[in-house]
Order: sequence, then C-alpha cells, then structure tokens
Amino acid sequence: MTRAEILEELKTILKPYTVDKELLAGINDNTDLIKDLKINSANLVDVIIDAEAKYNVEIDYDSAEEMTNVGSCIDIIMKKLNTSE
Amino acid sequence: MNNHILTHLPYKSSFRFVDNISLLNENEVIGEYTLKPDAFFYEDHFEGNPVTPGVILTEIMAQIGLVVLGIFLVMKETGFDFNNQELFPLLTGTDVNFNKMVLPGQKVTVISKKQYFRFGKLKCQIQMQDASKEIVASGTFSGIIKKLDRK
Repeated sequence: MTRAEILEELKTILKPYTVDKELLAGINDNTDLIKDLKINSANLVDVIIDAEAKYNVEIDYDSAEEMTNVGSCIDIIMKKLNTSE
Repeated sequence: MNNHILTHLPYKSSFRFVDNISLLNENEVIGEYTLKPDAFFYEDHFEGNPVTPGVILTEIMAQIGLVVLGIFLVMKETGFDFNNQELFPLLTGTDVNFNKMVLPGQKVTVISKKQYFRFGKLKCQIQMQDASKEIVASGTFSGIIKKLDRK
C-alpha cells in the first residue's frame, strides 16, 4: 500500500472528527491534526481506534503519541502494516 | 458495597448528582439519583414551572456513567495513590437525546456501558430511565480523567 493510498483513506477516517470538512481535500504530511484540522485532542483516540479497525493493526501507546500530523499517521500505519504481515 | 467509590468523587453538595451505585464492574455501571426539590436550578428553570434542565440530566449521566466508572478503571489499572494524588475528570464529548421531562423529586437510574477505555479516554453508551423504566435520555459520552499531584 502506498503513502498516497493511505492518505486518501485517512481523509475518510478523519472526516467525522474534523470540524471544517473542506480542509480535508488539501491535507498533506505536514497537516497537524489538532492545530490545522481542529480535532478535539480526546478525539485523536477515536482516530487511532478507527485506523486500527480499518487496517487491522494494533497501535500501542508510544506510537499513538507520535501521531500528531498526517505524515506521522501514515508512517505509523505503514510500519504497523509491514510488521503485521 | 460499591458506594466507597463515591468518596472519591470531586463534586460537592449542590453539584453532586449520585446517590447510590447498584452495579459496578469493568464494563458497566448502574447508579441512581433523586432530584432534590430545593435544587438551585428549579427556582429559575422555569419560574413557577420547575423542570430539570437538560444540562443537569447530562451532568447526572456523566457523573454516574463516566466519572464513577472512570475512577473505578483508573484505580484498577494503575494503583492510584489517593494520599498524594487527586483525580480531575474532564468531559470531552457528548451526543444526547432527551425523550421525557424529569420533575423535582423524581428518581432516575443511569445505565452506562463501556465502549472503550484507551489512552486515558473513556467512551460509554449511557441511558437514563425514570422510575417506570421508561427512557428519559440516551447518548454517547466521553471523557478523560487527569491525575494531579496534591499540593
């Protein structure tokens, strides 16, 4: 799975928690989930849980701490996908 | 036997909305509260026509359904030190629908089922029933409990 594919799927995962959904069209690796997308910090937990369900992976506490922007989310998801195979 | 947990609730007098916990385990909690006819909000909500505000019903659901269960889970998972630390609950999200009015003196039962408790966040499906077991309100609640060192 490529970064571009995960980026597209991430838009769907982030959508329910993003206040201004139009912002999702323009997200890139540097988009910050809290500062740019205004996601409530407690809802980052839901983003992580939804990503786990989508990719059938388990994201531990340390990895979750790193998932602050779109790029780091894609990094973690790719890493977990590779180790679960 | 579950009520020892109530001593750890941070709310006092006019803003404590839990009388009794009848069931408490890792996945669910059931508790009751009877609305005091002399509660501060009835005088003005509404004048001459006292009705429990939806925001108070929401608070009752959150205190029983999230905070009681949350404190139970924090105590269980991390060996919390009550002598040197205190718990500070924060409500982070609610999505509630109201079906019936609650009047002064009525007793309500709150039934909460855990959806998950991860990374410090507790999310529950919570229902409030009246004495005839009819649904008063229901919804999804989430919150976090911060641990603070006592000064």
